[in-house]
Amino acid sequence: MSALHQLFVWFNDPANWQGGNGVPERVLQHLWLWAWSMAIAGVIGVTGGLLLGRSRRSGTVTINVANIGRAIPSFAVIVIGVIWLGLGNTPVVIALVLLAVPPIFTFAFTGVREVDPATVESARGMGMTEARILRSVQVPLAMPLILNGIRLSSAAVLATAPLAALVGSGGLGRYVIDGFAIRDYAEVGAGVTLVVALVVVNELLFAWLARLTSPGKRRRPRVSGAFARMTPG
Amino acid sequence: MINLEHVGKTFPGQAAPAVGDLSLEVLEGEIAVLIGPSGCGKSTTLRMINRLIEPSSGRITVAGKDVAEQKPHELRLAIGYVIQQVGLFPHRTIARNIATVPELLGWDRARISTRVEELMELVGLEGELAGRYPAELSGGQQQRVGVARALAADPPVLLMDEPFGAVDPIVRLRLQEELLNLQRRLHKTIVFVTHDIDEAIRLGDRMAVLNVGGVLEQYAPPVDVLAAPSGPFVLEFLGADRGLKRLALIPVSAAELEPGPAVEQSASIAHARAMMARDRVDWVAVLDDGRVRGWITAASLDGQERLDQIEPTPFAVTVHPSDSLRHALDALVSSPTQVVIVVDADDRYLGLLDVARIGKGLET
Amino acid sequence: MSALVASQPLIRWSWIGDHLGEIRTALVQHLELTFVAVGVGLVLSAVLAAVAIRFRITYQPINAVTGIMYAIPSLALFILLTPITGLTKLTAEIALVSYTLQILFRSIVAGIDSVPASVRESAQAMGYTRWQQRWRVEIPLALPVMVSGLRIATVTTVGLVPISGILGSDQGGLGTFIFDGLNRGFNTPIFVGATFTVLLAVALDVLLVRTQRLLTPWTRRVRAT
Repeated sequence: MSALHQLFVWFNDPANWQGGNGVPERVLQHLWLWAWSMAIAGVIGVTGGLLLGRSRRSGTVTINVANIGRAIPSFAVIVIGVIWLGLGNTPVVIALVLLAVPPIFTFAFTGVREVDPATVESARGMGMTEARILRSVQVPLAMPLILNGIRLSSAAVLATAPLAALVGSGGLGRYVIDGFAIRDYAEVGAGVTLVVALVVVNELLFAWLARLTSPGKRRRPRVSGAFARMTPG
Repeated sequence: MINLEHVGKTFPGQAAPAVGDLSLEVLEGEIAVLIGPSGCGKSTTLRMINRLIEPSSGRITVAGKDVAEQKPHELRLAIGYVIQQVGLFPHRTIARNIATVPELLGWDRARISTRVEELMELVGLEGELAGRYPAELSGGQQQRVGVARALAADPPVLLMDEPFGAVDPIVRLRLQEELLNLQRRLHKTIVFVTHDIDEAIRLGDRMAVLNVGGVLEQYAPPVDVLAAPSGPFVLEFLGADRGLKRLALIPVSAAELEPGPAVEQSASIAHARAMMARDRVDWVAVLDDGRVRGWITAASLDGQERLDQIEPTPFAVTVHPSDSLRHALDALVSSPTQVVIVVDADDRYLGLLDVARIGKGLET
Repeated sequence: MSALVASQPLIRWSWIGDHLGEIRTALVQHLELTFVAVGVGLVLSAVLAAVAIRFRITYQPINAVTGIMYAIPSLALFILLTPITGLTKLTAEIALVSYTLQILFRSIVAGIDSVPASVRESAQAMGYTRWQQRWRVEIPLALPVMVSGLRIATVTTVGLVPISGILGSDQGGLGTFIFDGLNRGFNTPIFVGATFTVLLAVALDVLLVRTQRLLTPWTRRVRAT
């Protein structure tokens, strides 16, 4: 298949690995966008989800708001951001944050809600402070779901960041756009391959993390040592 | 009515058969209970009757027709089925759930609607629940809907798999009572699976005790199984209080009552003392024209001129001829006189029972 | 594609008034692209789901393949198809359909799996044929999960349609305005294209939620304890 061969040739060309348009540079730009978006979205989503999930009120309203967030198209947000803030990475990061927050929020929210209220009750009865309960009981138990939300967001961000190239920013999307401009489909394919590779790495990374935080069966994660020592049996 | 001939089932990938070779007949109008430990194949057997599971060997006939020769869904339209988790259709109202089979059979709207009303009354559900959805009902109510749904098209046969297992004991007792009432009116042929020996004894006309692998250890009325267990397995399965369980099935009327020390209050003190001496006790029961008033001790007779001036202590418990011997034994054990008084519906004295006589009642 | 979009009045509202006809056309095209993509996606996913339910072993492979299709950036997929199907609406549709597959496939299977075993057993035991069990019991009960997948697929598609504007000035529904604006350095069409896309996405989401609630009245009634 000649297309595959062309792709191979492209990757084999050392020129494509150097300089401002080289693979390392583009991947780093892509990851820079990813890192900023995930960091901000992570903080907002996890904090919001955990705190709102703990409180007894606000059930469906919050989930609905989070869901509306999911309905907002990233490309549209990017370009609106460009109108307000001009070209550059900022509109892209804003759009990616908006994309990433709903899954993280929803899973953190649900995760903390699913923790058996009896467990929380007994922790409270043992004299743990609310902060301690959150840290040592609820978060560890909600971890599988929290991680799942972050995983989904992360994959979505990686796959959507190429849009940055449409508004002049960098990242792996540049291979796609620039390649298209000169009809060099090998370059386009290279961009795609690299993005897909990142998504695969993302899946593997999170699968490993999931196994770390929940040895053995699902939904039986290792609770922090202090708590485990305090509970009987 | 239902005939299982050398029925066997081995599931793919398993070495031992779930049911080896089972032959059983259920007569029309009786409740046959299948009971046994886990792995005895009772649920599997039940499911082979309506072909939710296909037998690996053997033949099953219902009303003379081989079930294998009918189309499965047609067979099932004529058999009612009730399971522990009920399995009501969440997306249909109670009324439509009950109407499931009649609708499939093509009954007209009016007939279905009348039938639903009839059934809801039969199983004890308030009419206003008809428009509700299953999620809005309690466990006990849902189970009643399950039974109504099974009876909707008036099938001759009912299959029930631990239907009352998921409700609390008080509700369970009530549902069992109601099932017996229902059966008195409807005379269905029912195959009932349970692991609760007391339920089996209470409900079964005949009880099939199954061992692991579908081995039929004994198949007889509960009274007979309790009186004469066929072997060590059944004996152990029945449990330690086999005797007490039997007592629960035998009415007081089956035992021979002792006349006992009873005097009319119009009788003389001397007569009372004579009764006490005759029976070698220090008390007598006092009657008023045949009706029991209570009892008095020998000591209370001292210095008295007439019986009817002494206030008798009412009996804490009396039993009727229709009560079980177990109930009588229970009353007896907590009585200071170590006997239990038997009266009829109008409180008229019939006699008394002591431990020995209760024991003899077992021998009938 | 240069673009400098900072040094002018932010939005020229009169332009919008002047171009209402074109906006309407673009909106219609946008809806058309969305419905065709989701419709075709639904049919294909239903077939895949039927296979996966019947032969469980195919679930993971189908999930993986549709997942990879989803992971390919939309921009790239539109572009990569051009050597094969040209700069046409077909290219856009093929790409849009492939993005709907994973979510629709998974939600159809998840929906059917969400039907409790006891309900399935009852349906069989009452005397329903296999066909009746599927259509009268399982599918109605699977609707909430399936519609939630449909919502995600629809909304995602609405958001991806503009990107297909890269394929040409007559493509992309509301995206034509966005690309036009980016090319000319003119804010207003960008704003129009983007805002209407967002509004359309939200509107369809709400519409689908309402429809689901209408179709599944039993989900809202629970026991008052």
